[in-house]
Amino acid sequence: MASGKEIRTQISSIQNTQKITNAMEMVAASKMRKAQERMELTRPYANKIRDVIGYLAEADSDYRHPFMEAREANRVGYIVVSTDRGLCGGLNNNLFKTMLQDSRGWNDKGVPSDFCTLGQKASVFLNVVGGNIVASETQLGDRPSAEQVIGSVKVMLDAYRDGSIDRLYVVYNRFVNTMTQTPTIEQLLPLQAEAEPEGKYRWDYLYEPDPRTLLDGLLTRYVESQVYQGVVENIACEQAARMIAMKSATDNAGEIIDDLKTEYNKARQANITQEISEIVSGAAAV
Amino acid sequence: MANTVQCDIVSAQESIFSGEVEMLTATASNGELGVMAGHTPMLTGLAPGPVNIRMADGKEEVFFVSGGYLEVQPKKISILADTAERAHDMDEAAAERARQEAERELANRSSEVDYSHAAARLAEAAAQLRTLEKLRRKKR
Repeated sequence: MASGKEIRTQISSIQNTQKITNAMEMVAASKMRKAQERMELTRPYANKIRDVIGYLAEADSDYRHPFMEAREANRVGYIVVSTDRGLCGGLNNNLFKTMLQDSRGWNDKGVPSDFCTLGQKASVFLNVVGGNIVASETQLGDRPSAEQVIGSVKVMLDAYRDGSIDRLYVVYNRFVNTMTQTPTIEQLLPLQAEAEPEGKYRWDYLYEPDPRTLLDGLLTRYVESQVYQGVVENIACEQAARMIAMKSATDNAGEIIDDLKTEYNKARQANITQEISEIVSGAAAV
Repeated sequence: MANTVQCDIVSAQESIFSGEVEMLTATASNGELGVMAGHTPMLTGLAPGPVNIRMADGKEEVFFVSGGYLEVQPKKISILADTAERAHDMDEAAAERARQEAERELANRSSEVDYSHAAARLAEAAAQLRTLEKLRRKKR
């Protein structure tokens, strides 16, 4: 059994760790609230543009934009949204697992994948597993601006335009609530028509100035906004996951401290008992 | 009762306006246009400029958008703005400063100045001022 002093140092070192994890939990909690607010604010735009695009895909127009045409898949692209920093539980790993499964499914059909990473963890991970990274952006911070996302998205869009990829997916964590974040893979290109449009009737739009320029701009905006929404949502997920991870770390530290304290008291008690018995036997010998 | 139509104005950062409107005027890429209930479905790009809406009770509101898209559905109008703000939150002095700045940049156009960028900024500042002008005329 360890001596009293050793246990005491161990307890104090764990207490220090506990203080840190506790502080991190509180920081994450306050950041999460802010990230959640930002997420709520950007949602209307993302939903709206998705609606519009849904109708567009349905509209029977003379002009079909290349982003709407499904073609045979020879190569697929993923935009992977991850966190920059760790200590957020299994958030990133769950996401990567889902993504790898999907990518492997394509690979079995003889379709390789290209990756675009947003966030440090994704590029590190894909480097390790040997994914082909064509674009990456790190250090997005807590309030990413749309400009930071646009550059990497453009690389993927250009790749889609010139035919080097035939599908484009975005992979991110969807924020359900503080306890639940679900890894999500969404197909961005080609556009998928909504399964059952409301209203049941179709119309074609009047396009001004002309469909080509308009759709090009609008579809680019659509992909950017969906990716940006993914980034914003992933940040809220990161803070929530970190808060939970740090809370359980703090709880675990508390448990270990309790155990060690029991052990320390036992050691101290044993010491005292021994001393008493020594004194008693010494007195008896006299 | 006046004929109204549901209108939503959203920007990438937040939802700006949502409600029933009687008429909406905006600067499209081909010039100003007005949309009332029953307009044919339409999709158009927006140039930087004011968006004016008149509600059923005759109240008017002015917003500024620095570009985006206007979508008209049979029963709904949506504006997807790049950045939108309520006109009365806008600062005239700041807009004027931005315009002068952009003009100066355009004037001493050297090789390293990004011409298209400066031109876009100038258009935006001019449109902001136009919005404020409109707002001021209305108040009078």
